[in-house]
Amino acid sequence: MVKKLSLPLTKEDIKTLKAGDSVTLTGELYTARDAAHKRFYDMVQNGEKLPFDVKNQTIYYVGPAPAKKGYAVGPAGPTSSYRMDKFTPMLLNMGLSAMIGKGKRNDDVIEAIKENGAVYFAAIGGAAALISKSIVKDEPVCFEDLGTEAVHKYTVVDFPCIVAIDSYGNDVYKR
Amino acid sequence: MRVIKAQDIKDAVKKMFISLNCNIGDDITNALNNALKIEQSATAKSVIEQLLENNRIAKKEQIAICQDTGMAVLFVEYGDKVVVDGDFSDAINQGVKEAYDEGFLRKSVVCDPVFDRKNTSDNTPAVVHTKIVSGDVIRITAGCKGFGSENMSKIKMLSPSAGVEGVKDFVLEVVRQAGPNPCPPIVVGVGIGGTFEQSAQLAKKATFRSIDDSNADERYKKLEEELLLKINEMGIGPAGLGGKTTALSVNIEYAPTHIASIPVAVNICCHACRHQSIEI
Repeated sequence: MVKKLSLPLTKEDIKTLKAGDSVTLTGELYTARDAAHKRFYDMVQNGEKLPFDVKNQTIYYVGPAPAKKGYAVGPAGPTSSYRMDKFTPMLLNMGLSAMIGKGKRNDDVIEAIKENGAVYFAAIGGAAALISKSIVKDEPVCFEDLGTEAVHKYTVVDFPCIVAIDSYGNDVYKR
Repeated sequence: MRVIKAQDIKDAVKKMFISLNCNIGDDITNALNNALKIEQSATAKSVIEQLLENNRIAKKEQIAICQDTGMAVLFVEYGDKVVVDGDFSDAINQGVKEAYDEGFLRKSVVCDPVFDRKNTSDNTPAVVHTKIVSGDVIRITAGCKGFGSENMSKIKMLSPSAGVEGVKDFVLEVVRQAGPNPCPPIVVGVGIGGTFEQSAQLAKKATFRSIDDSNADERYKKLEEELLLKINEMGIGPAGLGGKTTALSVNIEYAPTHIASIPVAVNICCHACRHQSIEI
């Protein structure tokens, strides 16, 4: 059975999720991958405010291909999440509630997910053309100079993913 | 001598990169269809179905299969009776640039690996391996290599005493450590022998071979089959969510090596193993 969830997720929603559950997400989320995470990290270290409030938000690790005319976005599948591990506990401690990516996370991230009652979803790597069909709107947010790595706000409808690490620290990849 | 216009090489390269990014090979489609029959869990079946659906959409709409349209890698066999009218290297890079611009493909190359990391904005330079061969044609095998799987690749210089068991242990260790990260089901390219860099090049070349083909040497063919069986017993499965299909194929290429070594390179490719060949 697929659970239909709305973004932003509530703490109650997150508590009901178990590693391995299939879900769909509908609402708004932000994109950010390697270079944007590095900038977030440096900004926080320098005492600066982030370009958007991460509290209760969802970040999707993606660097899309360009959109053809008539498309909201180009192919946009998840990138490997472990490269964001260094920056993730900081964002979780600032209130980020969910991440979407693919693959394993390190113990620091799992611990921060548990402490903050957050959740990590996996989308299917390499299913970029299919996934892009559930992204209906794309607005640039910041760091446009980063090209495909710029931060955008996506509106998604029935975006398919799987609970990879739940708020209790259960990890689908450790089964 | 036969004269080939640089323009013709540019056009061929451009066409190939747009096509290979949108159209997965029949070998991969057939293997995914087989995986669908073998898998038992609902999750594994669903992942394979979504990959097949993804590839159908990409083909129908001529959009990229994966957003990571990779670095452009070309193996060129350059006939010694060919003269290129124009700049050969520029022709290849211009073909790549135009393909990535006009084909709505992602530009993923940065100019400097450590300090600047500034995007070159046209996905060049391409990585080109050129070999002079006898003949009056140019053969190009091109592929786009995504780095989710490239990052999971490794190389090791084994002692001759490690033998075939050492080779097996290393290949299996690399695949196990990669786990869900390289977008399984994967194609495992293994390069054995040569020097340090030659084994890596052989491993890449192996991923550009059809997964329907086996190594011509019966012993290496058996090794490919045995490794595939052992990898699929690991249970990593489609998308790393568990299942029987962790790899679609193990492709081995080998070369003569030094008396002191068995170099082994393992180059992992995701299920979107995208490559095409052409003769000009």
